[in-house]
Amino acid sequence: MKGRVLVAGEAEGPLLRLEKPLSFWGGVDADTGRVIAIRHPQQHQLLAGQIIALERSIGSSSGSSVLLELLDQGCGPLGIVLRHADEILALAALVAREIGIASIPVIQVSDSDFRQLPPVLHISVTGEISAAQ
Amino acid sequence: MAMRILSTMGRAMNAPGMVRIESAHVDGCLLHGKSGVTFAEKLVSMKGKVRVPTTLNVGAMDLNRPENVRLDSARGDLAVRLMNAYVAMGGKPTWTCAPYQAGFRPRVGAHVAWAESNAVVFANSVLGARTNRYGDFMDICCALTGYAPYSGMHRPEHRVATVLVDASPLPDTLWQDDAAFAVLGSWLGRSVGKDIAVIDGMPVDISEDRLKALGAAAASTGSVALFHIAGVTPEAPDVKTALGGNAPARVLTLTQERFDTQRDRMSTARGDRVDVVAVGSPHFSLDEFTHLIRFFGDRRSRIPFYACTGRHVLSALDQMGGVKRLEQIGVQLILDTCVVVTAVIPGSGGVLMTNSGKFAHYSPSLIRHDVVFGSLADCVESAVAGRVLRARRHSEPGA
Repeated sequence: MKGRVLVAGEAEGPLLRLEKPLSFWGGVDADTGRVIAIRHPQQHQLLAGQIIALERSIGSSSGSSVLLELLDQGCGPLGIVLRHADEILALAALVAREIGIASIPVIQVSDSDFRQLPPVLHISVTGEISAAQ
Repeated sequence: MAMRILSTMGRAMNAPGMVRIESAHVDGCLLHGKSGVTFAEKLVSMKGKVRVPTTLNVGAMDLNRPENVRLDSARGDLAVRLMNAYVAMGGKPTWTCAPYQAGFRPRVGAHVAWAESNAVVFANSVLGARTNRYGDFMDICCALTGYAPYSGMHRPEHRVATVLVDASPLPDTLWQDDAAFAVLGSWLGRSVGKDIAVIDGMPVDISEDRLKALGAAAASTGSVALFHIAGVTPEAPDVKTALGGNAPARVLTLTQERFDTQRDRMSTARGDRVDVVAVGSPHFSLDEFTHLIRFFGDRRSRIPFYACTGRHVLSALDQMGGVKRLEQIGVQLILDTCVVVTAVIPGSGGVLMTNSGKFAHYSPSLIRHDVVFGSLADCVESAVAGRVLRARRHSEPGA
C-alpha cells in the first residue's frame, strides 16, 4: 500500500494502533513518551520504538511542541500513520528536520489501508508501506 | 527557513497557494522543552522579524510575580529565554490565551494565523475571521512571512456546517447557568470531532464570555476549529445559511440526558472534598472578575483560589479596586500564564474545582489533580465552605 507523504522519512517497527484520537499536549508526557490522558483507553502506553497509527490528533496546538520534544529526547514514535492529514503532528516532524533533530515519517493513508496496516511495517521515503519482520 | 516550513506544510495540507494574513497569534512561547527554545533562538539568530501584528500566548512564567511559579531555576530560565526570543522577533508581550479580549479582534472575513485552540475557535466562530488550528512553529512561520497556506478554514467552502445540533429539548432556563456552555462545548467536541456544527434551538442573547467557554471546551475534547450558533455567530444568521444550503450530513439531538451525562463526565472526583479552585481558562475578562467579586460579597475563600488572566485586564481591574478586593478574598491572580501549563499549584493528588471545561479536561493529566466541575457560583460557594457545594440542577426534581 502507498500513503500520502506529509513528511518524508524511512522507518521500520511494530505498529501501535491508538484506539482513540489523542491530544499530545496534556495527553503524552514530553519527557517519557508515555500516554497520560486519563480518559484515553491506552493510558500508560509508551510510544517509543513503535510506528503509531491514529485517526488524527485532537486538542491543543501545543501538540507539535510535545512531539518535537519527544523526538529530541529520543522517546518519540518511529513514524506516524494517520487516517486524516494532521498539521500538528506533521509540523513537529518537519521542524525537527530543520533544527537538526532526528525526524520521522508522517504518512496519511486511506480508510481501507488504515484498517489493514501490518503488525510490523516498513515505511519508505516515498510513502510505500509494506509488512516487515 | 520559515517559508520552507510553510511550503512543505502547504503541500501536506493540499493548499493550492498562500494567502496573505492580517495578524498572527503565537503559542510557541510556552515552554515544552529545550527543543522549542532551540527553534526560536535559531529564528532570532537568523534575524527573523514578524511582518504582521503578532500577539503572544501565555508563557510558562508569571513575569509579574515569578515567585508564583514553582519551576526549578534551569527550567524557569528556559521559560523566560523562550518568551524573550518571541519578543525579539517582534511579538507583542500580551501573554494571553484571550487576545480577542485584549483588543486584538480581526474583522469578519480577515485571514489570520492564530494558534492556541481556544483562540482559533473564537476567531473563526465568534469573530468570523479565518484561521486554521495553527500549532506552535507554524504560527511564527506565518507571522515571519505574512502568509499562510490557503487551505482548510481559509476557504469559504470549508466553513459550512455539516452537522446540525438540535438543542431545543433543553429548557431555556438551563442557559442561565454559565457552566452550561462549558458542558455544551465539551459535548460538542466529543460528538463532532473535527466537523463543523451549527447549533439550533438556543437563546440568541449569549455573552461573549459564554461563547469563549463553549469554544475552549469544544477545542479541548475535540479538534473543533469552528462552530456556528443559529442567530448568534456571524456566519449563521440562520441554520440554512450555516449549512450552505445543503442538507446536514448528521443531525444530533442534545437531550437533557446527554447533557447531564456530559456534565457528570467532566468531574473525576466524587464526594465533597476540594483542595483548590482555579478559574480563568481561557483568561478571565473584567466582566468575569466582576461576577467573581460579586459572588463572594464580603466572604473569603477558605482554600487556595487561583484566577488566571492577562495584563490587559490588570489595570482596569486595579482601577475598580478589584486587585485589592481579590487579595482580601484570598484569590491569587496569575498573570501571563495559567495553572495547567506551568507549575503553580503545589503538590498533586488533590481535588481541583473549576468552571472551565478546558481546566476540567486537562487538570488530571497535566497537574495530576482530580476535578470537580461546577459553575462560577458553585466554585465560590465551595471555596467559602471549604467543601464542594453545587446548586441543584434544573433537571433535578424540585429544581
